[in-house]
Amino acid sequence: MKLFSFRKGGIHPPEKKLTAGTAIIEVNLPRQVSVLLSQHIGAPAVPCVAKNDVVTRGQKIAFANGFVSAHIHTPISGKVSSIGKITRPDGTVADAITVTAEDSDHFSDLQMIGDAAPVRTDREIDVLTSHDLIDIIKDAGIVGLGGAAFPTHVKLTPPTGISFDTLIINGAECEPYLTCDDAIMRTQANDIIDGVYYLMKAAGVSRAVIGIENNKPEAIRAISSASHRHDGIEVAVCRTKYPQGSEKQLIKALTGKEIPSGTIPSASGIVVDNVATALAVYHAVKWGIPLIERVITVSGDKLQRPLNARVPVGTLLSQIVELAGGIPDDTGKIVIGGPMMGKAAITLDSPLVKGHSGIVFFDKDEAIRKEPCPCVRCARCVEVCPMGLEPYLLSLCGYHGEKELAVESNISDCIECGSCTWICPSSCPILDNIRLAKSLIKNSKK
Amino acid sequence: MKLTISGSPHIHSGRTTSGDMWRVVIALIPAFIAGLYFFGIGAAIVCATSVATCVLTEYLITRFMLKRPSTIKDGSAVITGILLAMNLPSNIPFWIVIIGAVFSIAIVKMAFGGLGCNIFNPAIAGRVFLLISFPMQMTSWPLPVVNQWNYTDAATGATILSKIKLGEMATEQFDIVSKTLGEAGGSIGEISFAAIIVGFIFLLVTKTIKWYIPVSIVATAAFFSLLVGGNPIIEVMSGGLLLGAVFMATDYVTSPMTKGGMFFYGIMIGLITIIIRHWGVYPEGVSFAILIMNGFTPLINRMFKPTLYGKRRAVGA
Repeated sequence: MKLFSFRKGGIHPPEKKLTAGTAIIEVNLPRQVSVLLSQHIGAPAVPCVAKNDVVTRGQKIAFANGFVSAHIHTPISGKVSSIGKITRPDGTVADAITVTAEDSDHFSDLQMIGDAAPVRTDREIDVLTSHDLIDIIKDAGIVGLGGAAFPTHVKLTPPTGISFDTLIINGAECEPYLTCDDAIMRTQANDIIDGVYYLMKAAGVSRAVIGIENNKPEAIRAISSASHRHDGIEVAVCRTKYPQGSEKQLIKALTGKEIPSGTIPSASGIVVDNVATALAVYHAVKWGIPLIERVITVSGDKLQRPLNARVPVGTLLSQIVELAGGIPDDTGKIVIGGPMMGKAAITLDSPLVKGHSGIVFFDKDEAIRKEPCPCVRCARCVEVCPMGLEPYLLSLCGYHGEKELAVESNISDCIECGSCTWICPSSCPILDNIRLAKSLIKNSKK
Repeated sequence: MKLTISGSPHIHSGRTTSGDMWRVVIALIPAFIAGLYFFGIGAAIVCATSVATCVLTEYLITRFMLKRPSTIKDGSAVITGILLAMNLPSNIPFWIVIIGAVFSIAIVKMAFGGLGCNIFNPAIAGRVFLLISFPMQMTSWPLPVVNQWNYTDAATGATILSKIKLGEMATEQFDIVSKTLGEAGGSIGEISFAAIIVGFIFLLVTKTIKWYIPVSIVATAAFFSLLVGGNPIIEVMSGGLLLGAVFMATDYVTSPMTKGGMFFYGIMIGLITIIIRHWGVYPEGVSFAILIMNGFTPLINRMFKPTLYGKRRAVGA
């Protein structure tokens, strides 16, 4: 069988998929959720409820503010107990709506879940236009669930003068530890394929390619056999390599095309969406359920019970970690997302947002970075850079504040995948320096 | 609980610079053993003197002149010491070795800022410095004799390359088998072709170096020697070509950063080597060729950029 992959650069860190093959744990509805107003790229949503208002599960509680933004819904029924500042895992503060449920609210929610029925028949869906579908997706507050949380309806709206020709569905899941996409592909393949079909209709394309890395054979089998439900859906098996799940690398792997530097994929007629996003689209279109829950991986070598769980948005991360056996004793670092691109957390007393794909625990030894030594120009960073950049040079630019040289050296193309820093034998903080250079350039433009 | 906060990535490959350095040292062991076998006590004295002087020089400079923590544990001074010794005849007086080692570390490496900052490969520059300063001692090669206990008083003779240059030897007299195993005379480390190949394979398997530079040097040297009417097998197997191609030209610090740059660098080293061997005054030209291309490396890095994703970038642009 042909294995797809991007050619330039890339690394192969230990996969550590501790939770591969496990069932998804369905988390009980919490009695209180704090739903952040900014869970997506773009402007924070604006609350449309006030303190003490009564809300029901699935109700819209905040409106998208502008085109690049997304609606916010509550996953539980209850009373709005506060609208105000809460701490995010990285320590920054943001606005959130907190909803508290009484017992009666809780039982009516359970009743609602038990009685759930599709809101549209397949025939009704077949007559929906692209515009209708994009409206449904927008109304459901769906954002990219691969991590970046870019509003999906914006992605599906082609730039003027462009029509889409291919939909790419990202099931690569190249980050070590994470298996949340794998879990839904194994267990909800039919739903995902229906979601892909709806996304194809929304984007107005007749061809979709689902890319899955070959370290997920069960997911490949499930998705391949489900793909026959609709015409035009192909499954492409990719050779496991990081960062295959990066949009530009996946497009290269599956279509052989490179997205021109400085442009977005939609300008080349390509839309990329995550498998989890396709599942959310299925729930929105078929069942009328907005994006109020997601599957997240909780993992780590020292964790008692690594798991995948389906969790309502707004649930405290610390509650999810309790299910996995609590924070391991010698934890030195907690990462929200995957270990290559995730963010270090200072607290787990913070709610889950749509974009959270994982919580990974590292012990004290793994948390400590090695002291950097001088760069010996071994050229490994150049070799592994999937964008064809010279990370060592960009790093020096950041260190010495050489903004112009950094711009000339195409620093804006850096996708911050971290391959350079991972491979560096001198343990140089290459990506830190590149981020420094980027922020210097950004600040000087102001 | 104390949590570390730092930017991504949060995992690391575990590779270390000193790991790379020590792997090069391990890869040099077969060549050193061959040198020891054929040149005996002299090889051991020269090598020990060179390594000790390199390490001590670096220690004294960091400790008393720069007043910084010592860097000798990174292994790079040890490599310079071994490589310098590998490029010297085994009968060279030890005080000359000391001069070369001090020059390599103090002037070529530390004066430019230490590891990662030098423009020229310290061992090669040290060898060339000695070749110019002590041409007599640097070109009287001891004959390889098994179980030799002589040092500076060892019997000497010319190498194959100098015999060919002086017209004393016809190329037909060349014996591939003896050169492969190491019975043809020369510097300590270049004596056995097979031992160097073993080290090369080790470096490739452990992903310490890429094949681009050594293979392009050897292929170019073979091709151009054929063009100028030489015998490619003799050119490749004689002198320090292979030792230089595998261990000196691949020095990270002084070689280019991209695949294209590495090929260009290797081809030019091969070409310059053959030009010097055929038309220069010296019978051997690998050291000069590498030194010249070391100097060109910053320019090569500007010329040969990696191909950017989503943009075709012309060479030289």
